[in-house]
Amino acid sequence: MRVPAIDINGVWFSYDKTPVLEDVTLTLRQGDFLGILGPNGGGKTTLLKLLLGMLKPDKGTIRILGEAPHDANHRVGYVPQNTNFNTTFPISVMDVALMGRLSRSRIGKWYSGDDRAKVQDALKKAGIWDLRHNPIGRLSGGQRQRVFIARALATEPEILFLDEPTASVDPEFEIDLFDFLRELNRKVTIVAITHDVGVISRHVKSVACVNRSLIFHEEGQITREMIDMAYHCPVDLIAHGIPHRVLPTHTET
Amino acid sequence: MWEALQLDFMRNALFAGLLVSISCGIIGSLVVVNRIVFISGGIAHAAFGGIGLAFFLGFSPSLGAALFAVGVSMIIGVVSFKSKHRADTIIGVLWAIGMALGIILIDLTPGYHVDLMSYLFGSILTVPGSDIWLMILLNMAILITVISFYKEFIAMSYDEEFAFVVGIPVKLLYFVLLGMTALSVVMTIQVVGLILVIALLTIPPYIAEKCTTSLGKMMVLSSILGIFFTLGGLWLSYSYNLTSGATIILVAGVTFFLFQAIDLIRGH
Repeated sequence: MRVPAIDINGVWFSYDKTPVLEDVTLTLRQGDFLGILGPNGGGKTTLLKLLLGMLKPDKGTIRILGEAPHDANHRVGYVPQNTNFNTTFPISVMDVALMGRLSRSRIGKWYSGDDRAKVQDALKKAGIWDLRHNPIGRLSGGQRQRVFIARALATEPEILFLDEPTASVDPEFEIDLFDFLRELNRKVTIVAITHDVGVISRHVKSVACVNRSLIFHEEGQITREMIDMAYHCPVDLIAHGIPHRVLPTHTET
Repeated sequence: MWEALQLDFMRNALFAGLLVSISCGIIGSLVVVNRIVFISGGIAHAAFGGIGLAFFLGFSPSLGAALFAVGVSMIIGVVSFKSKHRADTIIGVLWAIGMALGIILIDLTPGYHVDLMSYLFGSILTVPGSDIWLMILLNMAILITVISFYKEFIAMSYDEEFAFVVGIPVKLLYFVLLGMTALSVVMTIQVVGLILVIALLTIPPYIAEKCTTSLGKMMVLSSILGIFFTLGGLWLSYSYNLTSGATIILVAGVTFFLFQAIDLIRGH
């Protein structure tokens, strides 16, 4: 059996004394498409930062493709939540995407022709090759999002992490994006944080819900328990817009 | 002007202006995009403590300034990681303490009257030949460092979080940047003085940033603008018998406002 894409075991984390995550355990197989749901401040982004090695757990272990998070960072891609920063920075789309080719082992060397070829490929996949010479600040929110996806793809990741990929993007692009991600998912494990239950329900293979603790559902079902945990009070919005596939089958006991 | 070039001190002044413009163009660009202008101001002023110490103990003021500048830059580096939210306060404190310490040490130096003005406002006309060689060395060190780690510096400056995630030693790079800033500041003190350093470090990159689409081009254009400001200022100060450092900064300042005005008109 292949090594799991993500293996989180009994992870606890707190900022100063404020607990954020408690006893989180999750094993994600390679090739999965995980959606992470949860309320704001529930610890979604903290969990992502732990997975990327930006934070260290107080307790417990995290393995990414069998390695410590900071050692696996050349095998994962990361699309941040906010792509709307530093918009006056003098940098072209191409140069932002090239950052995906950075790695610890090649510090002090310039980008190679091979790097450029891979970035070209990534920019074409994301549909923004024509914009490569534009300054990043002149792009629309959706276009900029694609640049950051291209940057993540340029790493040739085995796992792609996205933090609220639809946060600053027009709805049309949102549908586009998830079709694109589903296509990509044939080869790449994908983990997407989102607060949008509808999006998750339509596209992902498995669902986790984080609100200090974590519930994981491998079949991609959003259970009542998750919704309750995610939004504190029972929500009836699951009746709207969510295909039946994700609704738990009602079993009489 | 041409007969002036026959004079040794004038030639040195020209070279000093050229070299400082290049280092300020490169480092200033990094300072501006990393938003550490206030830090570079703090370093420049705190360096005066080193100048005072050098007079008190009787060694080279440039060396004193360099030691203090690098030392303070490292302290600021540590502070900006450890207590992010009060970093600016601590920079302000170091800024003032450095100045005060410098003045007191000069007070305590027996029988020695230092020309304070030349440190505060520069003395490009008294740059000795040996300092020119030092500036050439420093410029080369800065150039080699920035060219070697160009893509890492861009990554750190544009998206520090991502740079960290992909394994770039962001903290180390930040300290290297602060160290290079400190050394450029010491060089620049010679030319425009420690009070005016910030202007030469920020005005050329600020203008250049708006006209370029890469950090490298921004650095080149800043250096060219800096050369234009220092040589233009030097020529004006020679022709009209004005303080050179202040004239250089005012040439830069006038260009800055002209550029802002053009930008404003174009924007509407």
